[in-house]
Parts: sequence; C-alpha cells; structure tokens
Amino acid sequence: METYSFLREFADSWALVALTLIFLGVVAWAFRPGSKPLHDDAASSIFRNETKPAGDAGRGQPRATDGARSQKEA
Amino acid sequence: MWDYLKLIVLGVIAVFAAIATNYAHDLAYQVNAIVVMLAAGLTFIWTLRTMGEPKVANQGEYLDGVVRAGVIATTFWGVVGFLVGVFIAFQLAFPALNFEWSQGILNFGRLRPLHTSAVIFAFGGNALIMSAFYVVQRTSAARLWGGNLAWFVFWGWQLMIVLAATSYVLGGTQSKEYAETVWYIDWWIVVVWLAFLAVFMGTLINRKEPHIYVANWFYLSFIVTIAMLHLGNNLAIPVSIFSSQSVQVTAGVQDAMIQWWYGHNAVGFFLTAGFLGMMYYFVPKQAERPVFSYKLSIIHFWALIFLYIWAGPHHLHYTALPDWASTLGMTFSVMLWMPSWGGMINGLMTLSGAWDKLRTDPIIRMMVVSVGFYGMSTFEGPMMSIKAVNSLSHYTDWTIGHVHSGALGWNGMITFGALYFLTPRLWNRDGLYSLKLVSWHFWLATIGIVLYASSMWVTGIMEGLMWREVDANGFLVNAFADTVAAKFPMYVVRGLGGAMFLTGALIMAYNLYMTVRAQPAKAPVNANNFVPAE
Repeated sequence: METYSFLREFADSWALVALTLIFLGVVAWAFRPGSKPLHDDAASSIFRNETKPAGDAGRGQPRATDGARSQKEA
Repeated sequence: MWDYLKLIVLGVIAVFAAIATNYAHDLAYQVNAIVVMLAAGLTFIWTLRTMGEPKVANQGEYLDGVVRAGVIATTFWGVVGFLVGVFIAFQLAFPALNFEWSQGILNFGRLRPLHTSAVIFAFGGNALIMSAFYVVQRTSAARLWGGNLAWFVFWGWQLMIVLAATSYVLGGTQSKEYAETVWYIDWWIVVVWLAFLAVFMGTLINRKEPHIYVANWFYLSFIVTIAMLHLGNNLAIPVSIFSSQSVQVTAGVQDAMIQWWYGHNAVGFFLTAGFLGMMYYFVPKQAERPVFSYKLSIIHFWALIFLYIWAGPHHLHYTALPDWASTLGMTFSVMLWMPSWGGMINGLMTLSGAWDKLRTDPIIRMMVVSVGFYGMSTFEGPMMSIKAVNSLSHYTDWTIGHVHSGALGWNGMITFGALYFLTPRLWNRDGLYSLKLVSWHFWLATIGIVLYASSMWVTGIMEGLMWREVDANGFLVNAFADTVAAKFPMYVVRGLGGAMFLTGALIMAYNLYMTVRAQPAKAPVNANNFVPAE
C-alpha cells in the first residue's frame, strides 16, 4: 500500500504542477513574439505540393510568407 | 533474398494455421485459423508470382493507390456497419427479428459488437488510415515511407476486420466493450499498428516542409495513444495457443478502470484526435482558406492531449471505483469542454468570409454540420459526466443517443466530406458525378441523426425517471419490463433515423462509383498528369 500512497500523492502534487507548467509553457511558446509569420506559413502549407512531392531542392529552405509559391500551385 | 524470407514466413504461418484449424478448441478460433491460412496462402502465391519484378517507387510521385483502396474500403465498411446497425435497432424494437434458426449467430448480443467494431474500426479505422496517408504526404511533400509497407497496413487492417467479424458472430470475445477482439487478433492489431506508425513517422522524417502541419500532430497522437491504450487494455494470458479464450491479467475494479481508461480514450484519440486531423486538413482545403487560427490549433491540440487521458473514470460513477478517482474523471471531463469548443470554433471560423459557400457547396455544408455535431456532443458529454446527471443518464438510452450524435454526426459527416473531397482528386476526375445527390445524402443523414438523437433523449430520460420512481411507501413503481414496453415507439423512430442515414450512405456509394466510372477525366497535362520540372 506504501507504493500506492506515494504514487497517488506524487500524482496530485508535483506531477500535477509539472504538467500544468508544461502546458502553460506550450501556450506561451505558441504566443511568442515573431511566431505569426511561421504560423501563417504553416497554415497555408496545405495549399502547396498538391499533386507531387517537392524536389530535394526545397528541403530546409525557409518559406516564411511564401505567397508566390502557393499561388503557383493553386 | 527478402522475398525468400517472406515466402518462408508466410509458408510457416499457413502451415501453422492449418494445424491450428485441426486442434482448435472452439469454433470461432477454428474459422479464424482457416481465414488466416487462406490469407497467408494467397499472399504466398502473390509473393511467388511477383518475385523478381523490379520494385520501383517513384519518389517524384505520391503513393495514392493505397489511399484509393482506403476510400473504397471506407465506403464499403461504412455501408456494412450502418446496415448491421439498422438491423439491430429493429431487433430491439421487434424482438421477433432474433430469428430462431440463427440463434447464437445473428441475435442481438452477437451482432452488437459486430456493428460497433464495423463502424468504429472498419469504417472509422479505414477512414483514418487512408486520410492519414493522404494528408501526411501532401503536408510533408514527400512520398509515403517504406515502399509497400503502407499496403501491408491496408491489407493487414482488412484481415483484422474479417477475423474480428467472424470471431464475434461465432462467440469469440474477451467481454471488453470496444475491445472485444480475442488475444491473437489483439496481437495482429499490434503488428499492423506498429507498421502504420512506422510509415507515418518515416514520411514525417522525410518531409520537405520545415513545419509539421497541425493535422499530422493529431494523427500522430492518435496513432501513438491507440498503441499505448491497446497494449494496456489487452494484457491477457491465452488459455491455450489453440483457443480463443484468455485470462485478463488485472481483475475487479482495476480491470474496470483500465477498460474505461481505454474505452474513453479510444473515443478521445480514435474518434476525436484522429478525426480532428481530418478536420484540420479537409475543412480548410474545401473552404480554400487557411485554418482560422493556427495558434488556437496548437493550444487545442495540447489541451486535448493533457486533459483527455484523465476522463475515463466518468464511465464508472457510483461503482466500486474510489470516489476521488470518479471525481477526478468528472472534473477533467468538464474541463475538456474548453479545448473541444476551441477546436469547434477554429473549424467553423475557418469559413469566416466564405459563409456563402454553404449555399453552393454541399460538401462544405456536410463538414460544417459535422463540426457542429462535434460541438454539440462535446457539450453533452461533459454534462453527462457530472455525477448528478450521470445518476439519471447512466445505463439508459441517453448514452446511446450521445454516442450516435458524435459518431454519426461528427465522425460520419466529416468522413463523408473527406470521401467527397478525395474521390475526384484521387481518380483524377473533373468534380463529383452529382452535387444534387450529395445534397440528398446531406439531408437524409442530418434528419436521420436528429431522429436518432431526439428519440434516444426521450427514451433515455423516460427510462431513467421510470427506474427511480418510488411510491409513497418507498417501493419501486416500475418493473424493468414496463420501461421496455414504454420505449417501443422511440425504438421504431430510432430505427427509421438509422435507415435514413443508411440510405444516405448508399446514395454516396453510388455517387462515388459514378464519379469514377462516368465523370470525364480532368483535362490532363499529359497521360499521367505530370507537371514538368521547374
């Protein structure tokens, strides 16, 4: 029963605090300054590469606010 | 070399299945062994005949064959699952439909798990697998990883469905709701699921886009969590290697808690997270606008992940489960309302500025109604998880109504929307065969769901009130049979609602078939619609 009590108390104290902090950290990270262009780019990524995979050249290139590309695909 | 190894493995499986057929302790196992033997034998022959053929995977193309197969399978299993559902709904209204000649095979108790598994794992599972394969390729700008491993996932999943269906009607079950499949099918699910995870992860790792689009986060959480839940809930020791029977490792209230930890998170991650992945891709694509708020989608995701896993105990209010666990489940269920509605708002607001599409595009209408039902059932769910409400609603038809407004409304409608979206694209057709038929499907399905949900509210609340009604001396007023008799009209209405939903699905199947068969191909650039390199 000792293990049970220990785990139960740990779960509703430190583990709860840790998980809540991680969650708040994720929210803060989403709202960090400068995230908007990245998010806009990610949100419009579904309008690219509709019919075929990107070539190797595309790999790793920053695509922030790449309006021209998405228009070409559409 | 690899092919020889495959032949050896398949041969061993086929021979072992033949031996197992002979030594089987029960009929369900025996029939399953025959199915495995045939499946292994056919795959053996296919491998043998295609040996030595060069296997080319064109990295410049998406692997869409497996998605096409998934579209066909989703439609097929959907119709089958809805048909069984309508039949068992009428069995409840008219018990004479439990025919004497088919006792022990086609009676309600055997068909009910067949219906739930057919709609959740066959229809929903195929929809999730095929849409995950489609979405992860497009959003990663990379071909599916692992060559034909995706085809293994597809056929492995169909084999699982056939094994489960034949096992259920012949009495194979481990008596866990939504996890009825017996131990060897559970092991097979693990194999197929890990292959699914490998294909999905491999494609993500190969991606050319710098960011992993949010739909993939939902899909990945669905795959990983289902693997964890499935392993946790199916820890069982087989009685014999030639028998369907197994003994669960846990017992009593622990087993009940693990079952509903699994059960509720199967809803949370199979029927919610996975389908939210579909929502975050197909709604913006059909609306031709990016999702309303990408930040909100990130918060939606993490809030759902952090909260959902704790909600399971609300299935065990007023049982042997400790009070604190039950309260914890209730609290987290109520908190879940927030991320759920955040997601709903995100889906609906994606249409802001394009609401006129609702008038002209029946597919977007279907998706919007689907998100609306998501909002409705994620409001109803937290409410029902409150102990005071649960004391009335639990064990009544209200629960069944709740499940169906979520399953038919949310999962069904978003899947129909995805199927209408995908079919013309995958077969390179110039639009759907008939938008009018989509409208027919839309209205039949929507009215069918409304009939289903409202009749179940009425009968559920009535039943709950009748059960707790006591006279002046504290004696119960109603016998159980009284409630059954009182429910008859609502059961007929529910059956009719289901029949309308099924009719809509049949119209969809016809429409999709005619799209592939009769629609002109989209004006091609050249034969394979290749685009010249830039």
